[in-house]
Amino acid sequence: MRAVITVVGKDTVGILARVSSLCAKFNVNISDVSQTILQDMFCMIMLCDISKINIDFNDFVDNMQELGKTLNMSIHVMHEDIFNSMHRI
Amino acid sequence: MYNIGDILETIKMIQEENLDIRTVTMGISLLDCTDSNIDTACQKVYDKIVRIASDLVPVCEQIEKIYGIPIINKRIAVTPIAMLAACCQTSKIVKFAHALERAANTVGVNFIGGYSALVHKGFAAGDYALIESIPEALAETEHVCASVNIGSTKSGINMDAVSMMGRIILDTAKKTSGQNCIGAAKLVVFCNAPEDNPFMAGAFHGVGEPDCVINVGVSGPGVVRAALAKAGDNLDLSEVAELIKRTAFKITRMGQLVAKEASKRLCIPFGIVDLSLAPTPAIGDSVAHILEEMGLEKCGCCGTTAALALLNDAVKKGGTMASSHVGGLSGAFIPVTEDAGMVEAAKSGTLTIEKLEAMTAVCSVGLDMIIIPGDTPAEVISAIIADEAAIGMINSKTTAVRLIPAIGKKEGDELSFGGLLGGGPVMRVNTASPAKFIKRGGRIPAPIQSLKN
Repeated sequence: MRAVITVVGKDTVGILARVSSLCAKFNVNISDVSQTILQDMFCMIMLCDISKINIDFNDFVDNMQELGKTLNMSIHVMHEDIFNSMHRI
Repeated sequence: MYNIGDILETIKMIQEENLDIRTVTMGISLLDCTDSNIDTACQKVYDKIVRIASDLVPVCEQIEKIYGIPIINKRIAVTPIAMLAACCQTSKIVKFAHALERAANTVGVNFIGGYSALVHKGFAAGDYALIESIPEALAETEHVCASVNIGSTKSGINMDAVSMMGRIILDTAKKTSGQNCIGAAKLVVFCNAPEDNPFMAGAFHGVGEPDCVINVGVSGPGVVRAALAKAGDNLDLSEVAELIKRTAFKITRMGQLVAKEASKRLCIPFGIVDLSLAPTPAIGDSVAHILEEMGLEKCGCCGTTAALALLNDAVKKGGTMASSHVGGLSGAFIPVTEDAGMVEAAKSGTLTIEKLEAMTAVCSVGLDMIIIPGDTPAEVISAIIADEAAIGMINSKTTAVRLIPAIGKKEGDELSFGGLLGGGPVMRVNTASPAKFIKRGGRIPAPIQSLKN
């Protein structure tokens, strides 16, 4: 099972570090990362393997959202199926 | 890896353009709950609903979290209660409404539909008593929704039932006049009612359905409007239709995903996805604003019916490919009070009931959530129902009437329900009397279109 983590907001030091260390804490393996600047906004997308996650997925989502608040960025964690079904036939 | 643009598009649709799953509706058959003793039957009804639907709300909440998509309503639709009432030798049919209300409260759903009767060809045992009990049932409960099917393409229009429903709608509004006549907002009169509709107030679980089923209704007027706004004014109408189709496809795929997942987690078969554009009073979530984005100054002006026909057809074409089973009402909804753009247009006088009637000939439902003066005579309401049913009968489509007589209010006043039901102005009704026509009763014969065999 894979999830997509998206981070959008004003660029600042340590975003990747903070998000990836939270992933490591909950045993979430990051399999791919891509990042870009869109209209002055920092956008990062991580594809993660959550099959060995050591916390309830819902709590992981809450933890990430909490981190988003402290970083003043918007962080979303969504199951990859939503993107598969919407953008691939 | 995914395309970054695709991922951000999905997130933007949900965060900024009000994309959501409007409803996950569980259909439950109550045919095995009949009993000649109404109290026993009510207990069986309560027990079965609670047994089957207890996980509905928690499972939907899990799905919301995993996919990050809001599911606004969790609902239940049951077998038309008139069928259960047929077995009971009592006039206290309203006890069923209380049983449904208790079950809705226990499982935590937003609405429960199915306080219904199907009388398109005539009244069977239980139908008459149930319809008479609707005003009381809707006044005494909060979550129960009622519907009555008074016509179909195959059987014509039951004008005795039409005549009766004018009075019942008025009585329902009067009984809840202290609560903004909210009762009438929970009552729909149908022609060609679908058996798998997940939307309220008209949802019921048809007799041809399995014991239990999951139906899903999606929503996304904001997404369609945003896509049109982004594309600019230079698209011709073929390109507009193409854009709406592509957007509807994406919206519906989301509905299909949620329906499949809910069905798997609840171990209940997946029924249908209703391809709908259902507005809410929220700014940016309006079907009227899509029509205005297409180039109309105000919804209701000349050209509105054509624009709506294009929209409705494109939504269906895009959605059909996105879902394995399509059903319910499927199309754009035009409930006046629930749509900020419609309310504006009605207030400005551009949108009239007559124009809305024309619009219902080309879109999914009918005269929906329209506030009319409280002193409108019952036979005028009946005649509005008859007109709308005739459109449905002749065009082999579902039409419905959900009018709210605003007791004590006149044309131009306003009525507000709050929440998803919204609010709006009292609209003008043509009150030249159709009383003699309505009093004739009987049945309007099924049209020649019904002879397809």
